[in-house]
Amino acid sequence: MVGIVIVSHSWKIAEGVCDMAREMAQNNSGIIPAGGLDDSSMGTDAARIMTAIREANSGDGVVILADIGSSIMSSETAIELLESEDENIQAVIADAPLVEGAVCAAVEASAGGSIDSVLSAAEESRGSMKL
Amino acid sequence: MPSSIYNCLSEIGERIIANKDYLTELDREIGDSDHGINMARGFKAVLEKVNPEEQDIGAALKKAGMTLLSTVGGASGPLYGTAYMESGKILSGKTELTAEDMKKIFEASIAGIQKRGKAIRGEKTMLDALIPASETYAKKLSEGSDMIQALEAACESAREGVEYTKTITATKGRASYLGERSIGHQDPGATSAMLTLEAILDYLKGK
Repeated sequence: MVGIVIVSHSWKIAEGVCDMAREMAQNNSGIIPAGGLDDSSMGTDAARIMTAIREANSGDGVVILADIGSSIMSSETAIELLESEDENIQAVIADAPLVEGAVCAAVEASAGGSIDSVLSAAEESRGSMKL
Repeated sequence: MPSSIYNCLSEIGERIIANKDYLTELDREIGDSDHGINMARGFKAVLEKVNPEEQDIGAALKKAGMTLLSTVGGASGPLYGTAYMESGKILSGKTELTAEDMKKIFEASIAGIQKRGKAIRGEKTMLDALIPASETYAKKLSEGSDMIQALEAACESAREGVEYTKTITATKGRASYLGERSIGHQDPGATSAMLTLEAILDYLKGK
């Protein structure tokens, strides 16, 4: 099953979005938070994201959902660090809103979708209207 | 006794930590008021995590880079982290720094920051201090200057680069939200890059 990593500056946001996504995708244990810094400050940590990618991966790859600013740069750094350690994990960043993207990705992943279809599901949530 | 590279990292770290409020104030004007706080937190961790007795310059720089990636928290984390790690790669196993190595550090750092941030010169970023400094350094070396003379001239170019950032519009990062209103403000990232070079120079002069 495709894994999902939730990157946020805030640990609480990352945890909360994971809880919501898991609720929508009962059998997916590969939804992993990577939020905040070790000293509980706000921020993104490439090493923490790298660990989360490893944990989320069950062999089918990982889709990363990230919030704002440095979350993208830290996620890109994490992917490169894994590559530089010759770890063969396919990880991609979704260009999608965090909450909507995570929920859509989780549903698609738990339905057994491939990494490409999970990525598309997350990115298609971009245009969803609320009113 | 701490190794040379640890002492140099200490000089940089102490300079950044001493300028925490100044960098944060610059960032309050055009960013999200965290550059000084983030960089000070990162360098405090660097000074704790790098082994003071590490002689291998490459290993010390890689450790410093990994620590910055994890502890800075904002975009400067991956940017400076990548610069230190790329510099560490080319100095792996070395225990002495030559003038030519310093040139390679400039080039590897700039390439790393450009790869990570996808920025070019003139976008009001740390590159506006680093690229002119690197060019001056290489030119001075080719004219026969030694490392300290070349780095002195490079620091002057970095200071001019920081001044130049006041005249341009930000197109990268949070400051880009301000558009033309970012004109008149000096870039915090270019300032921390300048402080880094000045600290390296002071370390080499005092050694």
